[in-house]
Amino acid sequence: MCGIVGLLVKTPALTERLGELMVPMLIGMTERGPDSAGLAVFTAALPDNERKISVYSGLTEAGADFNWLGLAHDMKAHLGVSVKVEAKGNHAILTAGLDPDVIKRWIKEHHPRLYLLSTGRSIDLYKDIGTPADVAARYDFRHMKGTHLVGHTRMATESAVTPERAHPFTAGEDFCLVHNGSLSNPNGIRRMLEPRGIHFETDNDTEAACRFLEWRLREGDDLEAALQKGFEELDGFYTFLMGTPDKLALIRDPFACKPAVVAETDDYVAIASEFRSLAHLPDIKHAHVFEPAPEEMYVWTV
Amino acid sequence: MDSLSFDLATTPLRELNQFLHHEAKTGQVKQVTVLNPDGAHNIAVGLDCPVEVEVHGHAGYYAGGMNKTGTVTILGSAGTGVAENMMSGRVHVKGFASNSAGASAHGGLLVIDGDAGLRCGISLKGGDVVVGGSVGSFSAFMAQAGRMVICGDAGDALGDSLYEAVLYVRGSIKSLGADAQVEPMGETDLATVADLLSQAGMNHDPAEFKRIASRRELYHWNADANQEY
Repeated sequence: MCGIVGLLVKTPALTERLGELMVPMLIGMTERGPDSAGLAVFTAALPDNERKISVYSGLTEAGADFNWLGLAHDMKAHLGVSVKVEAKGNHAILTAGLDPDVIKRWIKEHHPRLYLLSTGRSIDLYKDIGTPADVAARYDFRHMKGTHLVGHTRMATESAVTPERAHPFTAGEDFCLVHNGSLSNPNGIRRMLEPRGIHFETDNDTEAACRFLEWRLREGDDLEAALQKGFEELDGFYTFLMGTPDKLALIRDPFACKPAVVAETDDYVAIASEFRSLAHLPDIKHAHVFEPAPEEMYVWTV
Repeated sequence: MDSLSFDLATTPLRELNQFLHHEAKTGQVKQVTVLNPDGAHNIAVGLDCPVEVEVHGHAGYYAGGMNKTGTVTILGSAGTGVAENMMSGRVHVKGFASNSAGASAHGGLLVIDGDAGLRCGISLKGGDVVVGGSVGSFSAFMAQAGRMVICGDAGDALGDSLYEAVLYVRGSIKSLGADAQVEPMGETDLATVADLLSQAGMNHDPAEFKRIASRRELYHWNADANQEY
Protein backbone atom coordinates (compact mmCIF):
# COMPACT_ATOMS: atom_id res chain seq x y z
CA MET A 1 0.00 0.00 0.00
CA CYS A 2 1.09 3.60 -0.61
CA GLY A 3 -0.54 6.99 -0.83
CA ILE A 4 -0.26 9.44 -3.69
CA VAL A 5 -1.20 13.10 -3.73
CA GLY A 6 -1.06 15.75 -6.40
CA LEU A 7 -2.09 19.38 -6.57
CA LEU A 8 -2.16 21.83 -9.46
CA VAL A 9 -3.29 25.38 -8.71
CA LYS A 10 -4.68 27.84 -11.22
CA THR A 11 -4.46 31.20 -9.38
CA PRO A 12 -1.43 33.24 -8.21
CA ALA A 13 -2.92 33.39 -4.69
CA LEU A 14 -2.95 29.60 -4.44
CA THR A 15 0.56 29.34 -5.91
CA GLU A 16 1.69 31.11 -2.73
CA ARG A 17 -0.26 28.61 -0.59
CA LEU A 18 0.70 25.41 -2.45
CA GLY A 19 2.64 23.84 0.44
CA GLU A 20 0.13 24.85 3.07
CA LEU A 21 -2.67 23.12 1.12
CA MET A 22 -0.55 20.06 0.41
CA VAL A 23 0.77 19.16 3.87
CA PRO A 24 -2.61 17.93 5.20
CA MET A 25 -3.03 15.96 1.95
CA LEU A 26 0.27 14.19 2.56
CA ILE A 27 -0.36 13.61 6.27
CA GLY A 28 -3.84 12.32 5.40
CA MET A 29 -2.15 9.44 3.57
CA THR A 30 -0.04 8.39 6.58
CA GLU A 31 -1.99 5.16 7.16
CA ARG A 32 -1.37 4.16 3.56
CA GLY A 33 2.35 4.98 3.76
CA PRO A 34 4.08 5.52 7.10
CA ASP A 35 7.63 4.44 6.02
CA SER A 36 8.82 7.31 3.86
CA ALA A 37 7.49 10.38 2.12
CA GLY A 38 8.50 12.56 -0.76
CA LEU A 39 7.53 15.58 -2.76
CA ALA A 40 8.33 17.13 -6.12
CA VAL A 41 7.44 20.81 -6.51
CA PHE A 42 7.41 22.53 -9.89
CA THR A 43 8.24 26.23 -9.86
CA ALA A 44 8.64 28.85 -12.59
CA ALA A 45 11.37 27.68 -14.98
CA LEU A 46 14.93 28.96 -14.70
CA PRO A 47 16.54 30.60 -17.78
CA ASP A 48 17.50 28.24 -20.57
CA ASN A 49 21.17 28.00 -19.56
CA GLU A 50 20.61 27.32 -15.84
CA ARG A 51 19.80 24.14 -13.99
CA LYS A 52 18.93 23.28 -10.42
CA ILE A 53 19.86 20.00 -8.82
CA SER A 54 18.24 18.66 -5.63
CA VAL A 55 20.88 16.84 -3.54
CA TYR A 56 20.50 14.65 -0.44
CA SER A 57 23.31 14.33 2.11
CA GLY A 58 21.60 11.88 4.49
CA LEU A 59 23.82 9.04 3.23
CA THR A 60 27.05 10.90 3.92
CA GLU A 61 28.89 10.75 7.24
CA ALA A 62 28.01 14.36 8.04
CA GLY A 63 24.33 13.77 7.30
CA ALA A 64 22.28 16.85 8.13
CA ASP A 65 25.48 18.70 9.15
CA PHE A 66 26.89 18.46 5.64
CA ASN A 67 29.00 21.49 4.74
CA TRP A 68 26.97 22.81 1.81
CA LEU A 69 28.77 26.15 1.67
CA GLY A 70 32.08 24.33 1.53
CA LEU A 71 30.71 22.32 -1.39
CA ALA A 72 29.74 25.51 -3.24
CA HIS A 73 33.17 26.97 -2.52
CA ASP A 74 34.94 23.89 -3.89
CA MET A 75 32.73 23.83 -6.97
CA LYS A 76 33.52 27.44 -7.73
CA ALA A 77 37.24 26.72 -7.31
CA HIS A 78 37.15 23.64 -9.58
CA LEU A 79 34.49 24.52 -12.13
CA GLY A 80 34.87 28.29 -12.22
CA VAL A 81 31.18 29.10 -11.78
CA SER A 82 29.15 30.37 -8.88
CA VAL A 83 26.74 27.83 -7.46
CA LYS A 84 23.75 29.07 -5.52
CA VAL A 85 22.97 26.83 -2.53
CA GLU A 86 19.65 26.65 -0.70
CA ALA A 87 20.21 24.14 2.10
CA LYS A 88 17.81 22.62 4.64
CA GLY A 89 19.63 20.07 6.81
CA ASN A 90 20.39 17.02 4.71
CA HIS A 91 18.97 18.60 1.56
CA ALA A 92 20.13 21.33 -0.77
CA ILE A 93 19.16 22.80 -4.10
CA LEU A 94 22.21 23.76 -6.16
CA THR A 95 21.62 26.24 -8.98
CA ALA A 96 24.22 27.09 -11.60
CA GLY A 97 24.58 28.23 -15.19
CA LEU A 98 26.47 25.15 -16.24
CA ASP A 99 25.86 21.87 -18.04
CA PRO A 100 24.22 19.73 -15.33
CA ASP A 101 26.24 16.69 -16.42
CA VAL A 102 29.44 18.55 -15.52
CA ILE A 103 28.06 19.34 -12.05
CA LYS A 104 26.82 15.79 -11.52
CA ARG A 105 30.15 14.28 -12.62
CA TRP A 106 32.00 16.60 -10.26
CA ILE A 107 29.74 15.67 -7.32
CA LYS A 108 30.09 11.94 -8.04
CA GLU A 109 33.86 12.28 -8.15
CA HIS A 110 34.30 14.42 -5.03
CA HIS A 111 31.31 13.39 -2.89
CA PRO A 112 30.28 9.92 -4.05
CA ARG A 113 27.83 9.48 -1.17
CA LEU A 114 25.81 12.59 -1.99
CA TYR A 115 22.60 11.42 -3.62
CA LEU A 116 21.23 13.37 -6.59
CA LEU A 117 17.44 13.59 -6.37
CA SER A 118 16.48 15.61 -9.43
CA THR A 119 17.72 17.87 -12.20
CA GLY A 120 15.89 20.47 -14.20
CA ARG A 121 14.79 24.06 -14.66
CA SER A 122 11.53 23.67 -12.68
CA ILE A 123 11.68 20.69 -10.35
CA ASP A 124 12.69 20.63 -6.67
CA LEU A 125 12.63 17.21 -5.09
CA TYR A 126 12.60 16.01 -1.48
CA LYS A 127 12.32 12.48 -0.16
CA ASP A 128 13.38 10.70 2.99
CA ILE A 129 12.42 7.95 5.37
CA GLY A 130 10.10 8.80 8.26
CA THR A 131 6.41 9.50 8.69
CA PRO A 132 4.83 12.00 6.28
CA ALA A 133 4.47 14.50 9.16
CA ASP A 134 8.16 14.15 10.08
CA VAL A 135 9.36 14.48 6.50
CA ALA A 136 7.06 17.47 5.88
CA ALA A 137 8.44 19.21 8.97
CA ARG A 138 12.06 18.28 8.12
CA TYR A 139 11.93 20.14 4.81
CA ASP A 140 9.30 22.75 5.71
CA PHE A 141 6.88 21.57 3.02
CA ARG A 142 4.29 23.98 4.44
CA HIS A 143 6.03 27.01 2.97
CA MET A 144 6.66 25.66 -0.51
CA LYS A 145 5.39 27.64 -3.43
CA GLY A 146 4.81 26.64 -7.00
CA THR A 147 2.21 25.80 -9.59
CA HIS A 148 1.94 22.05 -9.07
CA LEU A 149 3.36 19.17 -7.10
CA VAL A 150 3.48 15.42 -6.82
CA GLY A 151 3.71 13.74 -3.42
CA HIS A 152 3.89 10.22 -2.04
CA THR A 153 3.69 8.29 1.21
CA ARG A 154 5.29 4.86 1.13
CA MET A 155 4.53 1.49 2.66
CA ALA A 156 7.30 -0.57 1.10
CA THR A 157 6.48 -3.89 -0.54
CA GLU A 158 8.92 -4.25 -3.45
CA SER A 159 12.23 -3.05 -2.04
CA ALA A 160 13.84 -1.87 1.19
CA VAL A 161 12.93 1.24 3.15
CA THR A 162 15.72 3.67 2.23
CA PRO A 163 15.72 7.31 1.07
CA GLU A 164 16.73 6.34 -2.50
CA ARG A 165 13.78 3.95 -2.76
CA ALA A 166 11.26 6.52 -1.53
CA HIS A 167 9.16 8.26 -4.17
CA PRO A 168 9.00 10.41 -6.29
CA PHE A 169 11.46 8.84 -8.71
CA THR A 170 13.01 11.05 -11.35
CA ALA A 171 14.70 10.45 -14.68
CA GLY A 172 16.19 12.91 -17.14
CA GLU A 173 15.22 16.50 -16.44
CA ASP A 174 12.02 17.90 -14.94
CA PHE A 175 10.17 14.58 -14.87
CA CYS A 176 9.00 12.63 -11.84
CA LEU A 177 6.67 9.76 -11.06
CA VAL A 178 5.02 8.30 -7.96
CA HIS A 179 3.42 4.89 -7.79
CA ASN A 180 0.88 3.05 -5.70
CA GLY A 181 0.97 -0.62 -6.58
CA SER A 182 3.49 -3.18 -7.73
CA LEU A 183 4.82 -4.04 -11.17
CA SER A 184 5.27 -7.62 -12.28
CA ASN A 185 7.75 -6.99 -15.11
CA PRO A 186 10.18 -4.34 -13.82
CA ASN A 187 13.18 -6.56 -14.52
CA GLY A 188 12.10 -7.09 -18.12
CA ILE A 189 11.82 -3.32 -18.52
CA ARG A 190 15.30 -2.89 -17.03
CA ARG A 191 16.79 -5.50 -19.36
CA MET A 192 15.23 -3.64 -22.28
CA LEU A 193 16.48 -0.20 -21.17
CA GLU A 194 19.97 -0.95 -19.82
CA PRO A 195 21.51 -1.90 -23.20
CA ARG A 196 20.24 1.49 -24.42
CA GLY A 197 22.55 3.16 -21.92
CA ILE A 198 19.91 3.88 -19.31
CA HIS A 199 21.40 3.54 -15.84
CA PHE A 200 19.39 2.36 -12.82
CA GLU A 201 20.15 3.45 -9.26
CA THR A 202 17.96 1.09 -7.22
CA ASP A 203 16.22 -2.29 -7.41
CA ASN A 204 12.83 -0.63 -7.04
CA ASP A 205 10.05 -1.54 -9.49
CA THR A 206 8.79 2.04 -9.73
CA GLU A 207 12.16 3.22 -11.01
CA ALA A 208 11.64 0.99 -14.07
CA ALA A 209 8.32 2.69 -14.87
CA CYS A 210 9.83 6.14 -14.35
CA ARG A 211 12.84 5.48 -16.60
CA PHE A 212 10.69 3.77 -19.24
CA LEU A 213 8.31 6.71 -19.57
CA GLU A 214 11.08 9.32 -19.49
CA TRP A 215 12.91 7.33 -22.19
CA ARG A 216 9.79 7.44 -24.37
CA LEU A 217 9.52 11.22 -23.85
CA ARG A 218 13.18 11.64 -24.76
CA GLU A 219 12.66 9.51 -27.87
CA GLY A 220 10.14 12.09 -29.05
CA ASP A 221 6.80 10.76 -27.80
CA ASP A 222 4.48 13.37 -26.38
CA LEU A 223 3.10 12.62 -22.91
CA GLU A 224 -0.02 10.89 -24.26
CA ALA A 225 1.97 8.67 -26.63
CA ALA A 226 4.41 7.76 -23.86
CA LEU A 227 1.56 6.85 -21.49
CA GLN A 228 -0.03 4.72 -24.22
CA LYS A 229 3.26 2.78 -24.52
CA GLY A 230 3.21 2.51 -20.73
CA PHE A 231 -0.19 0.81 -20.88
CA GLU A 232 1.24 -1.62 -23.42
CA GLU A 233 4.57 -2.40 -21.71
CA LEU A 234 4.10 -2.00 -17.97
CA ASP A 235 2.42 -4.98 -16.35
CA GLY A 236 1.09 -5.03 -12.82
CA PHE A 237 -0.94 -2.90 -10.50
CA TYR A 238 -0.52 0.81 -10.57
CA THR A 239 -1.87 4.22 -10.07
CA PHE A 240 0.86 6.49 -11.47
CA LEU A 241 0.98 10.23 -10.98
CA MET A 242 3.57 12.10 -13.03
CA GLY A 243 4.81 15.67 -13.10
CA THR A 244 6.41 17.70 -15.91
CA PRO A 245 7.15 21.46 -15.94
CA ASP A 246 3.60 22.28 -17.03
CA LYS A 247 1.55 19.12 -16.47
CA LEU A 248 0.27 16.53 -14.03
CA ALA A 249 -0.71 13.18 -15.52
CA LEU A 250 -2.53 10.25 -13.93
CA ILE A 251 -3.12 6.69 -15.13
CA ARG A 252 -4.54 3.56 -13.49
CA ASP A 253 -4.07 -0.07 -14.52
CA PRO A 254 -6.95 -1.87 -16.31
CA PHE A 255 -8.07 -3.56 -13.08
CA ALA A 256 -8.07 -0.27 -11.12
CA CYS A 257 -6.49 -2.20 -8.29
CA LYS A 258 -5.16 0.91 -6.62
CA PRO A 259 -7.42 3.80 -5.73
CA ALA A 260 -7.49 7.41 -6.89
CA VAL A 261 -9.92 10.27 -6.52
CA VAL A 262 -9.86 13.72 -8.11
CA ALA A 263 -11.42 16.99 -6.96
CA GLU A 264 -11.54 19.83 -9.43
CA THR A 265 -12.65 23.46 -8.98
CA ASP A 266 -12.04 26.64 -10.98
CA ASP A 267 -8.99 27.23 -8.77
CA TYR A 268 -7.28 23.83 -8.50
CA VAL A 269 -7.09 20.16 -9.40
CA ALA A 270 -6.31 17.87 -6.46
CA ILE A 271 -5.57 14.17 -6.70
CA ALA A 272 -5.23 11.65 -3.87
CA SER A 273 -5.52 7.95 -3.23
CA GLU A 274 -8.51 8.63 -1.03
CA PHE A 275 -10.95 11.46 -0.42
CA ARG A 276 -9.84 11.89 3.20
CA SER A 277 -6.74 13.69 1.87
CA LEU A 278 -8.89 16.17 -0.04
CA ALA A 279 -11.56 16.95 2.57
CA HIS A 280 -9.79 20.05 3.93
CA LEU A 281 -9.30 21.82 0.57
CA PRO A 282 -11.00 25.19 0.00
CA ASP A 283 -14.54 25.01 -1.35
CA ILE A 284 -14.29 21.22 -1.56
CA LYS A 285 -18.04 20.90 -1.02
CA HIS A 286 -18.58 22.45 -4.44
CA ALA A 287 -15.71 20.68 -6.19
CA HIS A 288 -16.34 18.20 -8.99
CA VAL A 289 -15.24 14.97 -7.29
CA PHE A 290 -14.76 11.87 -9.42
CA GLU A 291 -12.93 8.61 -9.63
CA PRO A 292 -10.58 8.37 -12.62
CA ALA A 293 -11.38 5.37 -14.83
CA PRO A 294 -8.91 2.54 -15.41
CA GLU A 295 -6.76 2.66 -18.56
CA GLU A 296 -7.66 6.29 -19.24
CA MET A 297 -5.19 9.18 -19.39
CA TYR A 298 -5.85 12.20 -17.26
CA VAL A 299 -3.59 15.15 -18.06
CA TRP A 300 -3.94 18.58 -16.47
CA THR A 301 -1.96 21.57 -17.72
CA VAL A 302 -0.89 24.55 -15.61
CA MET B 1 -35.00 12.46 21.53
CA ASP B 2 -35.71 10.98 18.12
CA SER B 3 -32.57 12.06 16.34
CA LEU B 4 -28.95 12.70 17.08
CA SER B 5 -26.07 14.24 15.18
CA PHE B 6 -22.40 13.22 15.18
CA ASP B 7 -19.85 15.66 13.76
CA LEU B 8 -16.83 13.62 12.75
CA ALA B 9 -14.76 16.81 12.60
CA THR B 10 -14.90 16.88 16.40
CA THR B 11 -16.08 13.38 17.43
CA PRO B 12 -14.08 10.20 16.91
CA LEU B 13 -15.66 7.71 14.49
CA ARG B 14 -15.54 5.03 17.18
CA GLU B 15 -17.97 7.04 19.31
CA LEU B 16 -20.47 7.06 16.43
CA ASN B 17 -20.12 3.35 15.74
CA GLN B 18 -20.29 2.39 19.42
CA PHE B 19 -23.48 4.42 19.76
CA LEU B 20 -24.94 2.63 16.72
CA HIS B 21 -23.95 -0.77 18.09
CA HIS B 22 -25.26 -0.22 21.62
CA GLU B 23 -27.52 2.72 22.51
CA ALA B 24 -29.23 2.74 19.11
CA LYS B 25 -30.58 -0.74 19.79
CA THR B 26 -32.87 0.60 22.52
CA GLY B 27 -34.82 2.32 19.73
CA GLN B 28 -34.99 5.69 21.46
CA VAL B 29 -32.95 7.38 18.75
CA LYS B 30 -34.32 6.52 15.34
CA GLN B 31 -32.29 8.87 13.15
CA VAL B 32 -28.60 9.63 13.27
CA THR B 33 -26.98 12.34 11.17
CA VAL B 34 -23.25 12.16 10.41
CA LEU B 35 -21.60 15.48 9.57
CA ASN B 36 -18.16 16.01 8.03
CA PRO B 37 -17.52 12.34 7.19
CA ASP B 38 -14.57 13.58 5.08
CA GLY B 39 -13.87 10.17 3.58
CA ALA B 40 -13.48 8.32 6.88
CA HIS B 41 -13.47 4.52 6.62
CA ASN B 42 -16.00 2.19 8.31
CA ILE B 43 -18.81 4.70 8.86
CA ALA B 44 -21.91 2.95 10.27
CA VAL B 45 -20.56 -0.56 9.79
CA GLY B 46 -22.20 -3.52 11.50
CA LEU B 47 -25.61 -1.99 12.18
CA ASP B 48 -27.89 -4.48 13.90
CA CYS B 49 -31.10 -2.49 14.46
CA PRO B 50 -33.51 -0.52 12.29
CA VAL B 51 -31.80 2.84 12.84
CA GLU B 52 -31.58 5.39 10.00
CA VAL B 53 -28.17 6.92 9.40
CA GLU B 54 -27.72 9.86 7.06
CA VAL B 55 -24.14 10.72 6.06
CA HIS B 56 -23.72 14.30 4.86
CA GLY B 57 -20.70 14.14 2.58
CA HIS B 58 -18.27 11.63 1.07
CA ALA B 59 -17.71 8.32 2.88
CA GLY B 60 -14.49 6.26 2.79
CA TYR B 61 -14.10 2.48 2.61
CA TYR B 62 -16.72 -0.06 3.76
CA ALA B 63 -19.48 2.42 4.67
CA GLY B 64 -22.59 0.52 5.79
CA GLY B 65 -20.70 -2.76 5.61
CA MET B 66 -22.28 -5.81 7.30
CA ASN B 67 -25.52 -3.86 7.70
CA LYS B 68 -28.43 -5.78 9.25
CA THR B 69 -31.86 -4.07 9.23
CA GLY B 70 -30.38 -0.55 9.27
CA THR B 71 -30.82 2.18 6.67
CA VAL B 72 -27.76 4.16 5.61
CA THR B 73 -28.04 7.07 3.19
CA ILE B 74 -24.86 8.71 1.91
CA LEU B 75 -25.34 12.21 0.50
CA GLY B 76 -22.10 12.04 -1.42
CA SER B 77 -19.84 9.36 -2.84
CA ALA B 78 -18.76 6.11 -1.21
CA GLY B 79 -15.31 4.52 -1.22
CA THR B 80 -14.34 0.90 -1.83
CA GLY B 81 -16.66 -1.81 -0.51
CA VAL B 82 -19.77 0.16 0.38
CA ALA B 83 -22.39 -2.19 1.93
CA GLU B 84 -20.00 -5.14 1.60
CA ASN B 85 -21.41 -8.22 3.29
CA MET B 86 -24.77 -6.53 3.94
CA MET B 87 -27.26 -8.98 5.47
CA SER B 88 -30.46 -6.93 5.26
CA GLY B 89 -31.68 -3.34 5.36
CA ARG B 90 -30.81 -0.65 2.86
CA VAL B 91 -27.79 1.40 1.84
CA HIS B 92 -28.33 4.29 -0.56
CA VAL B 93 -25.43 6.21 -2.14
CA LYS B 94 -26.63 9.45 -3.72
CA GLY B 95 -23.34 10.03 -5.55
CA PHE B 96 -20.97 7.49 -7.12
CA ALA B 97 -19.50 4.40 -5.51
CA SER B 98 -15.95 3.10 -5.87
CA ASN B 99 -14.85 -0.51 -6.46
CA SER B 100 -16.46 -3.63 -4.98
CA ALA B 101 -19.75 -2.00 -4.02
CA GLY B 102 -22.06 -4.53 -2.39
CA ALA B 103 -19.38 -7.25 -2.40
CA SER B 104 -20.67 -10.52 -0.94
CA ALA B 105 -23.96 -8.95 0.19
CA HIS B 106 -26.25 -11.68 1.53
CA GLY B 107 -29.42 -9.59 1.61
CA GLY B 108 -30.79 -6.06 1.71
CA LEU B 109 -30.83 -3.44 -1.01
CA LEU B 110 -27.90 -1.31 -2.18
CA VAL B 111 -28.89 1.68 -4.33
CA ILE B 112 -26.26 3.77 -6.09
CA ASP B 113 -27.64 6.80 -7.91
CA GLY B 114 -24.41 7.48 -9.84
CA ASP B 115 -21.85 5.14 -11.36
CA ALA B 116 -20.26 2.21 -9.56
CA GLY B 117 -16.61 1.27 -10.05
CA LEU B 118 -15.15 -2.10 -10.94
CA ARG B 119 -16.25 -5.40 -9.39
CA CYS B 120 -19.66 -4.09 -8.29
CA GLY B 121 -21.62 -6.94 -6.71
CA ILE B 122 -18.64 -9.30 -6.76
CA SER B 123 -19.55 -12.60 -5.10
CA LEU B 124 -23.08 -11.38 -4.43
CA LYS B 125 -24.80 -13.91 -2.16
CA GLY B 126 -28.43 -12.83 -2.17
CA GLY B 127 -28.52 -9.05 -1.88
CA ASP B 128 -30.04 -6.72 -4.45
CA VAL B 129 -28.10 -3.91 -6.12
CA VAL B 130 -29.60 -1.11 -8.22
CA VAL B 131 -27.18 1.22 -10.00
CA GLY B 132 -28.56 4.38 -11.63
CA GLY B 133 -25.43 4.88 -13.72
CA SER B 134 -22.92 2.44 -15.17
CA VAL B 135 -20.78 -0.27 -13.58
CA GLY B 136 -17.10 -0.99 -14.23
CA SER B 137 -15.43 -4.19 -15.39
CA PHE B 138 -15.75 -7.56 -13.65
CA SER B 139 -19.05 -6.65 -12.03
CA ALA B 140 -21.05 -9.56 -10.55
CA PHE B 141 -17.95 -11.78 -10.78
CA MET B 142 -18.91 -15.17 -9.27
CA ALA B 143 -22.21 -13.76 -8.03
CA GLN B 144 -24.09 -16.61 -6.41
CA ALA B 145 -27.56 -15.25 -5.62
CA GLY B 146 -29.41 -11.96 -5.68
CA ARG B 147 -30.21 -9.46 -8.40
CA MET B 148 -28.47 -6.49 -9.97
CA VAL B 149 -30.24 -3.80 -11.97
CA ILE B 150 -27.88 -1.60 -13.97
CA CYS B 151 -29.57 1.40 -15.59
CA GLY B 152 -26.46 2.48 -17.52
CA ASP B 153 -23.73 0.44 -19.21
CA ALA B 154 -21.57 -2.44 -17.99
CA GLY B 155 -17.80 -2.78 -18.50
CA ASP B 156 -15.77 -5.81 -19.49
CA ALA B 157 -16.41 -9.38 -18.31
CA LEU B 158 -19.84 -8.77 -16.81
CA GLY B 159 -21.01 -11.75 -14.76
CA ASP B 160 -17.87 -13.83 -15.20
CA SER B 161 -18.34 -17.28 -13.61
CA LEU B 162 -21.84 -16.32 -12.58
CA TYR B 163 -23.81 -18.77 -10.42
CA GLU B 164 -27.50 -18.10 -9.73
CA ALA B 165 -27.53 -14.30 -9.46
CA VAL B 166 -29.44 -12.55 -12.26
CA LEU B 167 -28.37 -9.25 -13.82
CA TYR B 168 -30.49 -6.72 -15.70
CA VAL B 169 -28.73 -4.15 -17.88
CA ARG B 170 -30.42 -1.25 -19.66
CA GLY B 171 -27.43 0.11 -21.58
CA SER B 172 -24.62 -1.57 -23.48
CA ILE B 173 -22.42 -4.38 -22.21
CA LYS B 174 -18.77 -4.04 -23.22
CA SER B 175 -18.27 -7.78 -22.87
CA LEU B 176 -19.75 -10.72 -21.02
CA GLY B 177 -17.59 -12.85 -18.77
CA ALA B 178 -17.11 -16.60 -19.10
CA ASP B 179 -20.36 -18.54 -18.77
CA ALA B 180 -22.61 -15.45 -18.72
CA GLN B 181 -25.28 -15.11 -21.41
CA VAL B 182 -28.07 -12.76 -22.42
CA GLU B 183 -31.50 -14.37 -22.01
CA PRO B 184 -34.98 -13.22 -22.94
CA MET B 185 -36.91 -11.15 -20.37
CA GLY B 186 -39.90 -13.07 -18.99
CA GLU B 187 -42.91 -11.70 -17.10
CA THR B 188 -41.22 -12.40 -13.76
CA ASP B 189 -38.12 -10.49 -14.90
CA LEU B 190 -40.19 -7.45 -15.89
CA ALA B 191 -41.95 -7.52 -12.52
CA THR B 192 -38.62 -7.92 -10.66
CA VAL B 193 -37.04 -4.98 -12.47
CA ALA B 194 -40.15 -2.83 -11.96
CA ASP B 195 -40.15 -3.66 -8.24
CA LEU B 196 -36.44 -2.97 -7.71
CA LEU B 197 -36.57 0.28 -9.71
CA SER B 198 -39.53 1.42 -7.66
CA GLN B 199 -37.75 0.55 -4.39
CA ALA B 200 -34.74 2.53 -5.63
CA GLY B 201 -36.88 5.49 -6.70
CA MET B 202 -35.82 5.25 -10.34
CA ASN B 203 -38.00 5.61 -13.40
CA HIS B 204 -37.26 3.39 -16.38
CA ASP B 205 -39.29 1.07 -18.53
CA PRO B 206 -38.44 -2.51 -17.43
CA ALA B 207 -38.82 -3.58 -21.05
CA GLU B 208 -35.62 -1.67 -21.87
CA PHE B 209 -33.52 -4.08 -19.79
CA LYS B 210 -31.69 -7.23 -20.89
CA ARG B 211 -31.45 -10.28 -18.65
CA ILE B 212 -28.03 -11.84 -18.05
CA ALA B 213 -27.71 -15.16 -16.28
CA SER B 214 -25.40 -18.14 -16.06
CA ARG B 215 -25.05 -20.64 -18.90
CA ARG B 216 -24.17 -23.13 -16.12
CA GLU B 217 -21.39 -24.74 -18.13
CA LEU B 218 -18.80 -24.05 -15.47
CA TYR B 219 -20.79 -25.79 -12.76
CA HIS B 220 -19.08 -29.12 -13.31
CA TRP B 221 -15.54 -29.94 -14.27
CA ASN B 222 -15.42 -31.01 -17.88
CA ALA B 223 -12.25 -32.95 -18.67
CA ASP B 224 -12.97 -32.70 -22.41
CA ALA B 225 -13.09 -28.89 -22.42
CA ASN B 226 -9.28 -28.71 -22.63
CA GLN B 227 -9.31 -25.44 -20.67
CA GLU B 228 -11.29 -23.78 -23.46
CA TYR B 229 -14.15 -21.97 -21.77
